[in-house]
Amino acid sequence: MNKREFLKKVAACVPAATALPSLVAEAAANAEPAGGTAYDPSRHWWGMGVDVEKCIGCNRCVEACKAENNVPDEPFYFRTWIERYKVHADGETSVECISTQERQLEQAQPVDPTVVRTFFVPKLCNQCAEPPCVQVCPVGATFQTQDGVVLVDATRCIGCRYCIQACPYGARYLNPTTRTADKCTFCYHRITEGLLPACVEVCPTEARIFGDLKADADRLVRFHRVNQISVLKPDLNTEPKVLYASLDGEVR
Amino acid sequence: MSGAIPEGLYEQLSHQLSQVVGFIYPNEVETQWAILIVVYPYITGIVAGAFILASLVKVFNVVEVQPIYRLALLTALAFMLVAGMPLQLHLGHPLRAYEIFFTPQPTSAMAMFGFVYLWYLMGVLLIEIWFEYREQLVLMAQKSRGLMKGIYSALSLYSKDISPAAIEFDHKASKLITIIGIPSAFLLHGYVGFIFGSVKANPWWGSVLMPIVFLMSAIVSGIAMVMFIYILLSLIRNEKPDMRCLDKTGLFLLVAMIVDFALEALDYIHRIYQSEESIGILAQLVSSKLFISLVVVQLLLGMFLPLLILVLVRSVRFNEDLRRLLYFTSSLLVLVGIFSMRWNVVIGGQLYSKSLRGLMAYKMEITGIESLMMALFLLALPFIILTVLLRLLPPRWMDKNATPAT
Repeated sequence: MNKREFLKKVAACVPAATALPSLVAEAAANAEPAGGTAYDPSRHWWGMGVDVEKCIGCNRCVEACKAENNVPDEPFYFRTWIERYKVHADGETSVECISTQERQLEQAQPVDPTVVRTFFVPKLCNQCAEPPCVQVCPVGATFQTQDGVVLVDATRCIGCRYCIQACPYGARYLNPTTRTADKCTFCYHRITEGLLPACVEVCPTEARIFGDLKADADRLVRFHRVNQISVLKPDLNTEPKVLYASLDGEVR
Repeated sequence: MSGAIPEGLYEQLSHQLSQVVGFIYPNEVETQWAILIVVYPYITGIVAGAFILASLVKVFNVVEVQPIYRLALLTALAFMLVAGMPLQLHLGHPLRAYEIFFTPQPTSAMAMFGFVYLWYLMGVLLIEIWFEYREQLVLMAQKSRGLMKGIYSALSLYSKDISPAAIEFDHKASKLITIIGIPSAFLLHGYVGFIFGSVKANPWWGSVLMPIVFLMSAIVSGIAMVMFIYILLSLIRNEKPDMRCLDKTGLFLLVAMIVDFALEALDYIHRIYQSEESIGILAQLVSSKLFISLVVVQLLLGMFLPLLILVLVRSVRFNEDLRRLLYFTSSLLVLVGIFSMRWNVVIGGQLYSKSLRGLMAYKMEITGIESLMMALFLLALPFIILTVLLRLLPPRWMDKNATPAT
């Protein structure tokens, strides 16, 4: 290295050095709390399994998500929600979103004799490996982390809503309090601390399985291996990482 | 739980929720792109169309259209100055809009808008108008006094040379910029179509024909707008418009409308014939929520009726007054029809669920930022700007002291 090259490199280091204290603070904040090694996103590839046959439609996941993530209480904003499908004797299928309705658990529902089969489908952001929402964001406020989670930087989002239009799954909304795009984060603040997402934590039937698709031995990897897996709207080539077992072809 | 949402928004969304037919994803109740995003492609289309009309004179030497050449340029500029406003106002964080310029995401179709817009405004329109008007600006700076002298001198960028060689250079530069301007105008509006056409999540938008349909409808609306303003100005000033010019512009409007209609028809036929998964819900959308705005306003009133009138004008020998009235009527109908087309694309694409199982509603607010009043204001603003521009930079045919147009 001659003198000129050396000086050039030193000059390049100056801005980096000024950013150092904030980087150190950020790294300290990201470190695992109790004696663990620092969280390394490059070692994970997060996904979720949903066992449709296990979901009982209790809506606990939706409530836990709203509480954990400060999702507006009004029935227009959901990071996760539950759909109920009813297959009728004539082959028609009707669908409703039970998460938008007032709680009616205590009231017995009259039996509809034309319904031959019903099931619940939990929905959430599919954390696509090829996310169309990230592709369209004009300022890069929506991005994919190294561990495969699609997040929104609310301090950079300009609120143009293009990502909401680009999401084929209706998983995004404009948060009315921040005026920025909002969505499921897989509870990123929890999973990087070694915890489960809130919806998975509270599910009483273990219909939701959270895990690391990069790991050799993991519940999600096993779930993937033993079940017949479908994803939503595979024709759009978004490569969802929310994997459904026992999913009916009626579900979009 | 988070704080309560604004009351007006809650009422709007509650109403929209009560109007849902079938099943929709719960986050789909809110109409994300509302009336302002209808206004945006409408205005941008007029800019592109008016410029392309103007370019007919410079590049293709259509002498009949010469009397409206400058009017077309100024119309393009007046609308261009407003084109970014609906986007800016629509943002959740309007003050962060500069991020599109400073940290653009290269994969985003929308990120390029700022650059395409700036290129078109600064690189094409302003330079073209400056070269076109430079001689007149220098002369007006010489003739006027006080503040106006200052303004005209500044507008001419303090140039003083009006020698034949300099004028000749102006003409050459103007022609060169027009040649660059045509693909730029195509880019400006074809690109707006691409913003919608590239959304694969939405089958109503996601069509490879979308950019070209947007472009042709832009040309239609631009020609109609210049024609409308030209006749309106002649009525206001109690002058006879140049009928050769009107007849020629009417012919261009007719041809552009036929191409536009053919493309839109191709889009519909293609959808119906391919009959993909979404066809059921889209048919339901068109026959219910969009029936008035698409079938009645866009197709019958905005396309077939003016087409019929324009064909009649060409085949029957009407007198000048009647022709003028018919051109005026058809240009107005076309302008309403193209606005309706923008509505049907933008709002229509958000009135059915991506689950393909239900239809939503859109309740337009009367006042507020994203409202009817704001849309009307933004649609009126270009006319106010144009009035100022016409005072400041009178096209030659209006300036009685100048020599008539060649």
